[in-house]
Amino acid sequence: MITLRLALRNILGTGIRAWLNAFIISLALVASTWNQGVVAGMDEQAAQAAQALEYGGGQYWQENYDPYDPLTLEEAHAPLPGELQRLVDEGKAAAMLVVQGSIYPQGRMRSILLKGIDPRQRLLDFPTSALAESGAALPALIGSRFAKAVGLRTGDSVTLRWREPGGAFNAQDATIVHVMQTTLASIDSNQVWLPLERLQEMARLPGEATLVTLAPGTPSPEAPPGWTFRDIDYLLRDLRELVKTKSVGRVVFLVIFLSLGMLAIFDTQVLSIFRRRREIGTLVALGFTRGQVIRLFTLEGALHGILAVILGALWGLPLLWLQARLGFAVPAGTEGMGISIGEKIYPAYGAGYVLGIVLLSLAVTTLVSLLPTRRIARLKPTDALRGRTS
Amino acid sequence: MSDDNLIRTEKLVKVYPMGASKVTALNRVNLSFRRGEFAGLVGPSGSGKTTFLNIVGSLDTPTSGSAGVLGRKIETLSHREAAALRNRSIGFIFQTFNLLPVYTAYENVEFPLLLLKVPSAQRRQMIMDALDWVGLSDRADSRPSQLSGGESQRVAIARAMVKKPPLLLADEPTANLDAENSHHILRTMEKLNRELGTSFLFATHDEKVIGYLRRKITLVDGRVDHDEPLQPSTGTGA
Ligand SMILES: Nc1ncnc2c1ncn2[C@@H]1O[C@H](COP(=O)(O)OP(=O)(O)OP(=O)(O)O)[C@@H](O)[C@H]1O
Ligand SMILES: [Mg+2]
Repeated sequence: MITLRLALRNILGTGIRAWLNAFIISLALVASTWNQGVVAGMDEQAAQAAQALEYGGGQYWQENYDPYDPLTLEEAHAPLPGELQRLVDEGKAAAMLVVQGSIYPQGRMRSILLKGIDPRQRLLDFPTSALAESGAALPALIGSRFAKAVGLRTGDSVTLRWREPGGAFNAQDATIVHVMQTTLASIDSNQVWLPLERLQEMARLPGEATLVTLAPGTPSPEAPPGWTFRDIDYLLRDLRELVKTKSVGRVVFLVIFLSLGMLAIFDTQVLSIFRRRREIGTLVALGFTRGQVIRLFTLEGALHGILAVILGALWGLPLLWLQARLGFAVPAGTEGMGISIGEKIYPAYGAGYVLGIVLLSLAVTTLVSLLPTRRIARLKPTDALRGRTS
Repeated sequence: MSDDNLIRTEKLVKVYPMGASKVTALNRVNLSFRRGEFAGLVGPSGSGKTTFLNIVGSLDTPTSGSAGVLGRKIETLSHREAAALRNRSIGFIFQTFNLLPVYTAYENVEFPLLLLKVPSAQRRQMIMDALDWVGLSDRADSRPSQLSGGESQRVAIARAMVKKPPLLLADEPTANLDAENSHHILRTMEKLNRELGTSFLFATHDEKVIGYLRRKITLVDGRVDHDEPLQPSTGTGA
């Protein structure tokens, strides 16, 4: 208790230097928390967007369907089984057909996916109604990024080519009735959305589908034979992996600033033990044991960590809170990250993470403060009192 | 060790390594002090005065021989026992005052009592008494940086005396003080010696200090050269 009191007085007595050391550590804490929050917010938003726009409450896949292998698409369709058809009829699910095709923007061939979706579906947050409202012979819906990439605009006409089951190529002109603003690449890049029934006719696959998306919150019946159910965790796995690769930032912040802070504290400790030899001698003369002196100096160093937490809370909390409210504008150029994050990320800070790094920095600070005190153990009190080092 | 025997050294030797050679700071010193003495070690620089005080104060250990202090053998004490002995029974006064810079005068005096775990109810009175002895009751809230040298040394005396130790060791207590302040603190110490029965042992060159001593021990090259009683020439003694 007496050592803690003295340590506190000593550390506050050193003034600006202590606060400077603490500030560097608080930078580590706040920057790392911020980065973790942004990544978590990004993860959450991307997951939400992916669910709202694409995955719903999970998907039934025709067993041959493999989103990473377009060559499987030729086999990846089947008539809708009765139980899935019932869900679709009840409005609790939406069927989708995926067919490989190509377009020729500016005279060059481009492989695309033709995706059929029910224009009246409501469960995905997706402007399919544009397909229903249009009077065009073959209305088509595309995403903004794809539109930009191939130079298509609303009202443009584009020739679609696809292969029929027999192997023959067929072609038809479609009219772009709507360009949807989206950042979700998996519903945007290289794909053209058509009314489901039209695509079924074109591909000569009436009543067939590649996958069926459940409405969020709908209990999932067991997958019928020939179909596999993919739950949300499965569907979001890739996205989560991708986000994880972006969380190295918080480690970098933590390591850099924490190292700087530790260096500063180590330096402060060594200097203060050297400068305060006489004080150490005095404490010993007054009846301090060597262990108490070591505890005093260790405590003084460790208090930097506590000051850092206080300081970090003082300047960091309002800043982090404000950031969570106002959002973090995604810098231009980071759009191509492949995940849908909207224009702003709202950081979601993790209490567990914050607690973890606070404990970590306190532990590291204490350790770094303890190291230089070995000098005290070697210091003879009589030399210390003369202001000499042994 | 008889009841009024405070310090007794026998063939006390302290040798310091000095590079390849050795320095004999104390050479078979036999000295005894009774309770209530007001004694001083004098002698040329390097004669071993500080070394003797440090060993008696359990800040250092003898190379050989024995140093009995308050019934304890210094050479047998562990670090912890030595710290307890200093805390409970020995007060130190230094040439450079050595107040804790972040504490007020009051808190500096309080420090040994906190170490001794004196209950707060008694603490306050003891501290105020000690500051009163040295005439600094009104400077209780001052910090060392706001005190003059004389005032600092008086706070240091209050800090050393607040626990009413049987032994006070003072190494060149007046070396950084002017004559007026030197006499002031010496009179204070003489008074405390008389009223509280505390034994004082000085190490000094200062004629002003020697003027107050009732016993003067002259060390030369780590040996006792003279050991003589004095009739205090100055001071307020009866
Ligand atoms: N830690 C040490 N290491 C080596 N030699 C030392 C050490 N401390 C003291 N000495 C030597 O021991 C001898 C006695 O020193 P001491 O400090 O006891 O003398 P002193 O009588 O107090 O002198 P002064 O009047 O200058 O204070 C001196 O020769 C000194 O150089
Ligand atoms: Mg000396």
